[in-house]
Amino acid sequence: MKKDFIKISSKKFRSRLIVGTGKYKNFIECSKAVKASGAEIVTVAVRRVNISDKKKPILMDYIDPKKITYLPNTAGCFSSNEALRTLRLAREIGGWRLVKLEVLGDKKSLLPDMIETLKSTEVLSKEGFKVMVYCNDDPLMAKRLENAGAVAIMPLAAPIGSGLGIQNYTNIKIIRNQTKLPLIIDAGIGEASDATIAMELGCDGVLINSAIAQAKKPIEMALAMKYAVIAGRKSYLSGRIKKNLMGLASTTKKGII
Amino acid sequence: MKIIKKIKINLNGKKLFIAKGTSVYSFIKRNKLQPNKIAIELNKEIIDKKKINKIFLKNNDKIEIVHFIGGG
Repeated sequence: MKKDFIKISSKKFRSRLIVGTGKYKNFIECSKAVKASGAEIVTVAVRRVNISDKKKPILMDYIDPKKITYLPNTAGCFSSNEALRTLRLAREIGGWRLVKLEVLGDKKSLLPDMIETLKSTEVLSKEGFKVMVYCNDDPLMAKRLENAGAVAIMPLAAPIGSGLGIQNYTNIKIIRNQTKLPLIIDAGIGEASDATIAMELGCDGVLINSAIAQAKKPIEMALAMKYAVIAGRKSYLSGRIKKNLMGLASTTKKGII
Repeated sequence: MKIIKKIKINLNGKKLFIAKGTSVYSFIKRNKLQPNKIAIELNKEIIDKKKINKIFLKNNDKIEIVHFIGGG
């Protein structure tokens, strides 16, 4: 079998699991979990430096951006302007062009504001960013994002951090059928089987943060997610059997005594 | 005794007094920050890190310095 890569923009990745770096107890646990997950891309946030505590450890000392692709994310942005400012700053840190856009619309549900998201996608694409877009599981909006220049469509499984798993199988399948862009489930994964289902629906990848970082054993869960994504991908590519209402024996009747 | 003139700047939302004639580069170095790990916004404009030794902080300047942290 040909090597199975996920191609985002012009870059190929072997791992189809992207992991977030938030909510861990400390950077050591975070870097161990990233390693266990086998992820080649991690999401990171942009925040003010802490001048008063100069010895405070920083993420870059634990996860080497030369080895793991940093995907700057606009987590916590509630308007197009905030998101644009954040990603322009991220680019300035070290030339990052591949970014994840996330514009939230509601502080309680953390659901995305798709009007602001669409506006930002258009602006960022024109500025030369390669934008992976967090969005609702809405096929029509996904199409608009694609037309606006998105390089990956990232619909939610369920609200961020909810751990509810995929809520709308049908919409995810419709999005899968309509786009050739990488389709990556982002947000709402709760356990390994959720990640497998996402891959079995034909998604190209899964992005997970809370389900790993907040698990009782984050490093073990990172490993579970790695295998879950591989299992789902292989299952999808191998072609499942037809569903039957009645039983079909797996042993021949020939030679029966 | 040489009198060092101070200016008031706003760093990441907090007031700060620094010596007049401080370049952005020396300000960053003094705060033990590595230019390749940060981005700087001066009065809401992102500044080119290659030019920071030629940019001097003025009274009432607003400077934002950001870096990457863990995030989802």
